[in-house]
Amino acid sequence: MAVSSPPGKPISIEIIEESLYEIRRKIQPRSVTGVFARWRWGLVLFTQLLFYGLPWLNWNGRQAVLFDLVHRKFYIFGLVLWPQDIIYLTLLLIISALSLFLFTAIAGRLFCGYACPQTVYTEIFMWVEKKIEGDRSARLRLDEEKWPWSMRKLRLKITKHSVWLLIAFATGFTFIGYFTPIASLQDHVLDFSLGPWQTFWWAFYGFATWGNAGFMREQVCKYMCPYARFQSVMVDRDTFVVTYDKSRGEPRGSRHKSADRVEKGLGDCVNCSICVQVCPTGIDIRDGLQYMCIGCGACIDACNQVMDKVNYPKGLIRYTSEHAIENRQSNIETLRRIFRPRVIVYATFVAVLISLFAFSLWSRNPLRVDVMRDRGSLAREVEGVSLENIYRIQIMNASEHPMAVSLKVEGLDNLKILDSRGNQIESLEVEPSSNQLLPVKVRTSIGDLAPGNYPIIFEVEALEQTDHQSLSRTRHEKSTFIVPR
Amino acid sequence: MSDFVNAGWSFYVTIVTLAGIAACLWLLFSQRKIAVVLDKDGSVAKDTGHVWDEDLRELNNPLPRWWMWMFVLSCVFGLVYLYVFPGLGSNPGAVAYSTQGDLKQSLIIANTELKPVYDKYVAMSVEQVAADPQARIMGQRLYLNNCSQCHGSDAGGAKGFPNLTDRDWLYGGAPENIKETITHGRGGVMPSFSHLGDDGIVNVTNYVRSLSGLSADSIKVAKGKAIYSDNCTACHGAEGKGNQLLGAPNLTDKIWLYGGTQSTVMETLRNGRQGMMPAQENVLTPEKIHLLTAYVWGLSNNEPQQASPK
Repeated sequence: MAVSSPPGKPISIEIIEESLYEIRRKIQPRSVTGVFARWRWGLVLFTQLLFYGLPWLNWNGRQAVLFDLVHRKFYIFGLVLWPQDIIYLTLLLIISALSLFLFTAIAGRLFCGYACPQTVYTEIFMWVEKKIEGDRSARLRLDEEKWPWSMRKLRLKITKHSVWLLIAFATGFTFIGYFTPIASLQDHVLDFSLGPWQTFWWAFYGFATWGNAGFMREQVCKYMCPYARFQSVMVDRDTFVVTYDKSRGEPRGSRHKSADRVEKGLGDCVNCSICVQVCPTGIDIRDGLQYMCIGCGACIDACNQVMDKVNYPKGLIRYTSEHAIENRQSNIETLRRIFRPRVIVYATFVAVLISLFAFSLWSRNPLRVDVMRDRGSLAREVEGVSLENIYRIQIMNASEHPMAVSLKVEGLDNLKILDSRGNQIESLEVEPSSNQLLPVKVRTSIGDLAPGNYPIIFEVEALEQTDHQSLSRTRHEKSTFIVPR
Repeated sequence: MSDFVNAGWSFYVTIVTLAGIAACLWLLFSQRKIAVVLDKDGSVAKDTGHVWDEDLRELNNPLPRWWMWMFVLSCVFGLVYLYVFPGLGSNPGAVAYSTQGDLKQSLIIANTELKPVYDKYVAMSVEQVAADPQARIMGQRLYLNNCSQCHGSDAGGAKGFPNLTDRDWLYGGAPENIKETITHGRGGVMPSFSHLGDDGIVNVTNYVRSLSGLSADSIKVAKGKAIYSDNCTACHGAEGKGNQLLGAPNLTDKIWLYGGTQSTVMETLRNGRQGMMPAQENVLTPEKIHLLTAYVWGLSNNEPQQASPK
């Protein structure tokens, strides 16, 4: 049992039942201004500009950023990625995960508080809410109004949800615009000829935005997002987190401006509870670091304003580390602790992976070749003097320019490569972003080759004709030449 | 169609499934509350009273109520799903969905969509289709997917599977013959001649090889010729030119379906051969067969620059 009692003094333990599920208490955060609020708004504007703007950019007569799932091609400016390039997605995800580790080790949930779409859209929706229904106190009063609603409440609710839905559906539309060309999507919407799946996903993402940013809000962070649950393993005692300076603030209490707090034995916290009112997840930061804290810094902004009013130094709540509070470190000492082994290791990994990623993208070969040996027959004798094996060669041109492809094969003496009619293969034209199947015969003289498997190498050379120059691309593909018994 | 050997299993699976859902709901509702400890002052303690490793207390941070309703909703969804789709034993479900039916439906849709493309070619003769570059690409795809396993990606054939690029045809190389072969298949039977005895077989082998100008013992050739006239002319003809009505190969053209070495020809005579071209009429649509016919015909007919020495 958890309850400990002084020896000899029995305590009565009464058992009652309590629900493991409770009705969610609605949170009406008070709006804040300040440094961190400005940072957040800056990032809201930046991410939204990026999100809404990117699909409308054009690149060489096509949408600059388009994830074409139907044709399995991802266009990112000059880059066309094929399903075979899935390794880049893997790398990107690994880099993202490691960056998250790195930032979390340095300063906690930076992503959550400023750039996560959940936060960004909640911020936008809260701004709309504030403009229409008023700030916290006005909204709380509105909430108290029971059914039947007054005309005013009805009007405010209808206006708010209309604006919310408008934003939500604009977001959903933009999102599907990353997967189907957005310009044609717009035409389809205007003449009501949107396909069933496009309509479905539009509605899906529209309602998801409306529901998540309008209703679910902090519950997504608290109950659905795995990050809240595993962040504790990435945060250590030197991590900058939103912290209430207990030693400075306690004992908290309200006071008159004229009263001498030393006389009353009070700390700096005036117990105004504004830090709780502004918290979008409804926690009290003065209880210490909690998994629900998304590190948005709203309480810092709010507390600093209060400290200014009562003429106390700012920073009763601030970004600082557990060690800094415990050991009363100076700011410089605390900042110096950023360069600790954990951070350096993460940073090195991220730097190495980003360089690798950039290098492999830069040196990516848009010519791809697959050689498939015919399984139906081992080998064929031709007119008693030659032996031939049959291969199917798939040449993929992953660039956006035509390629002139020539073939060679090496590994045995007198190897000849012929097309399926037995003719010499001249240069082959492969269209941009397409692939071509080519059945070929590889022939050698019977001579004195012992029966067995001989490794051979297909050497495929392509000239990629861009607008200004022709680039040489090469691929070597291994296969086997079989001499039967 | 039910996979169960008797109806009892179907009932059994149905009962287990439904009882499982009911048990889930019972568990959810019976466990939605826990007994908690009251603090000394009578307020509810924040922990559940569970302590591990001396000081690790389990707190009670209740989940939102809607979370619980999501579980209930999942169960409701499960029941609706089991009503609509097959899942309860061998019950086919309200819409009687099956993957086979789904495939059939998709094929009908795909064929309808492709019909205009094929219709264009069906109206053309095989010779015209063979000259059309787009049709040739389509034909090649059809060929590579359906024929290359035996005849090779280059259509050059393999032992027992004819080369389609030479001008030698077992059943005739006219477009109608090729289409007939693809549609209904062929069965080429060479009976066993083991009753000729070892000497007889050696002699016939020498004679047959000599027809193609291969090295042969002249005495054995003479002996073999007599045996040939008695046994082989019915199918292969007096001059060994074969018979396309029967699919009997021409023995004089140096082209060997199973191989022309002494031992291979002897093996053919001793054991016979069973050639088999499977019928495609149930696999491919008539339009596809038309395109395929044109492709195969074009392999040996539409290539003026072909320079293969015969």
